[in-house]
Amino acid sequence: MARVILDFEKPIIELEQKIAEMRSYSDNLDIAEEINKLEAKVDQVRRTVYSNLTRWQRVQLARHPDRPYTLDYIRLITTDFTELHGDRHFADDKAIVAGFGRIDKEAVLIVGHQKGRDTKSNIERNFGMPNPEGYRKALRLMQLAVKFRKPIITLLDTPGAYPGIGAEERGQAEAIARNLLEMSHLPVPIIVVIIGEGASGGALGIGVGDRILMFENAWYSVIAPESCSSILWRSWEYKEQAAEALKLTAEDLKEQGIVDRIVPEPMGGAHRDPEKAAQTLKAILLEELRALKKVKPEKLVQERIAKFSAMGSWKE
Amino acid sequence: MAWFRRSKENISTSVPKKDIPDGMWTKCGGCGEIIHRKLLEQNLFTCPKCNYHFRIGSKEYFGILLDAGSFREMDRKMRAVDVLGFTDTKPYKNRIDDSIRKTGLNDAVRTGEGAVEGVPVVIACMDFSFIGGSMGSVVGEKIARATETARKKEKPLIVISSSGGARMMEGALSLMQMAKMSARLAQLSDAGIPYISILTDPTTGGVTASFAMLGDIHIAEPSALIGFAGPRVIRQTIGKDLPAGFQRSEFLLEKGFVDMIVHRKELKSTLARVLNLLGS
Ligand SMILES: [Zn+2]
Repeated sequence: MARVILDFEKPIIELEQKIAEMRSYSDNLDIAEEINKLEAKVDQVRRTVYSNLTRWQRVQLARHPDRPYTLDYIRLITTDFTELHGDRHFADDKAIVAGFGRIDKEAVLIVGHQKGRDTKSNIERNFGMPNPEGYRKALRLMQLAVKFRKPIITLLDTPGAYPGIGAEERGQAEAIARNLLEMSHLPVPIIVVIIGEGASGGALGIGVGDRILMFENAWYSVIAPESCSSILWRSWEYKEQAAEALKLTAEDLKEQGIVDRIVPEPMGGAHRDPEKAAQTLKAILLEELRALKKVKPEKLVQERIAKFSAMGSWKE
Repeated sequence: MAWFRRSKENISTSVPKKDIPDGMWTKCGGCGEIIHRKLLEQNLFTCPKCNYHFRIGSKEYFGILLDAGSFREMDRKMRAVDVLGFTDTKPYKNRIDDSIRKTGLNDAVRTGEGAVEGVPVVIACMDFSFIGGSMGSVVGEKIARATETARKKEKPLIVISSSGGARMMEGALSLMQMAKMSARLAQLSDAGIPYISILTDPTTGGVTASFAMLGDIHIAEPSALIGFAGPRVIRQTIGKDLPAGFQRSEFLLEKGFVDMIVHRKELKSTLARVLNLLGS
C-alpha cells in the first residue's frame, strides 16, 4: 500500500482499504454482496479519476515517492547487473547509476538518474540531481559500451541538474553539452526511457537516442512547472497553469514528435504495481532492441541525427 | 585545409558608420562614467575608462567582426510559431509579435556568411534584446542550418552567444533544439571544420549546456556572466551568497572552461589569427 497518498488517490485508496477490511472480517454472504458492490464502485472511481488526470496530477504521479526508480527497474528486469562507478577525473556521482547487465540474454549498458526514498538516501543521491561527474561517468561508460558493441538504455528521472557552486566550477554546462554531442554519434543503439521526471538539460544530458520511450505518467519539459511559474508569473502559485501551458505529458510529447512510444502503466500509476510496470517496459525494450540491432551503425547515427534535426516548429 | 581559403576582397576592418545624434550620453555600467555615444561606438561599445563591455546585438557584432560588405544573411525571414498555444501573463503569440516590432529582429539569432580579415566564415550571433536571447525552434533551426552550411562549404563556424537559456513558451521542443544543434556540431567536428564559440554577457542555461560549450576554441568577453544555472537559482538552492566573480569569464578561465578572454577591440584580430593558425 502506498505510504504517500495524493489528493486524487484518496477516494480510491479509502475504498480499497474498506474492502480489505471487510474481507478480513468474515466470509459472510451478505458482506460478500456488499464487497462486490464496493468493488464495482472503486472500479468506476478509478476509471473516472485516471481518465481525467490533469497535467499537474500527472506531474504528481511522476514524483510519487513510491514510484519505481532506476535501480528498481534494474532489479526487476535485469540479471547479472554490475554497477560501475566514477568519472575517472573527480568523483562518483550517486545521482546517476550505470552498469552492465542482461535483459533476457541481451547484455546492455543501463544508465539512469537515481532518486532516494527517504531523507538519508535522498541526501546520498542528491535528490536525483546530478553534478558534472554524473554526466561524465555516463559518457565514460557509454564509450565503453561502444568499445564492446553493447546497446545503451538510459532511464531519465531527475528534477534537474544540480545548481550548485561546485557544479558550476566543474562545468555542469560543458558536461551536459558534451554528452549531447557525443551521444548523437555513438555507433550503438541507444534507447531512452523517461520513467519519472524529465526536467530540462539535466534529463536531456543522458537523453539523446534512437528511440524515445516515455511512461504514461512521466513528464518531460524544458523546465519544471514550479520554476516556470516563478519566472513567467513571478509567483510559485501558478504551477497548475504552467503544467498545462508546457504540455509536458507523454501524450503531449508524442504529439510534438519528440516521443516515439508511450509505455502504459498499471491502473493508478507505476507505483501501484512496480512489477507489472517493469515487465511492460522489459517487453517493449526487447522488441525495440531487436529492431535496432538490425540497423547498421552508420545508418543508426545518420537516422538519429535526422530524428533530432526534424524536431521543432517555425515558419519562413 | 580545404576550409581555409582566403578571399581577396574586403580586407578592411572598419565598422560601418551609424548616424549618432549629437548630445547622446550613456552611463557606464561599470564605473558610472558618462560617455558620449560617438566615443562609445568608436570604442566598440566598451568603456574607455574601465573597459566595461556594453551589451550589443548581432548588427554591431557583424559590423565589428566581419569585413565591410561581406555579410550575406541566411534564413532571414524565419519566425517563431506558437505551437503549444502557450499563454502565461500574455499569449506567446503576442510576445513574439511585440518583440519583432520592438527590436526589428525576427528572432533571437541571425546567421549568415561573411569574411574575417579575408577568411570566409559562417557566423551566427544571438540577440539578447529578443525575449532575453531565448532559444526556441528558430534559434535551434538557424544554428543547425548554419552548422550544415559550414560543413558543406567547408568554412569555419563562429557563434556569438548571449542568452538567458531555452525559451519556455516552446516547452520540450525548445529543449530538443539543444540536441539538434549538438548533433550538427558533432558532424562538423567529425569533418574537421573549426568551430569557434564566443561567449558574451550573459550566456546561461540551455545555450551554455549545448553549442556555447562545444567550441574547438572558447573565447569570452571580459566579465561576461557564463554558467549553467543562473546566480539567483544557485543562491536560492544553497541559501548562501555567491563568491565575488563567480560565473564570470575570469572564473571560467581559471576553472579551465574558456581558452581566452579577449577585449572586444582585439576580437576580430584574435579570430583572424586563430583561423589562420588552424588553417595553416
Ligand atoms: Zn566604465
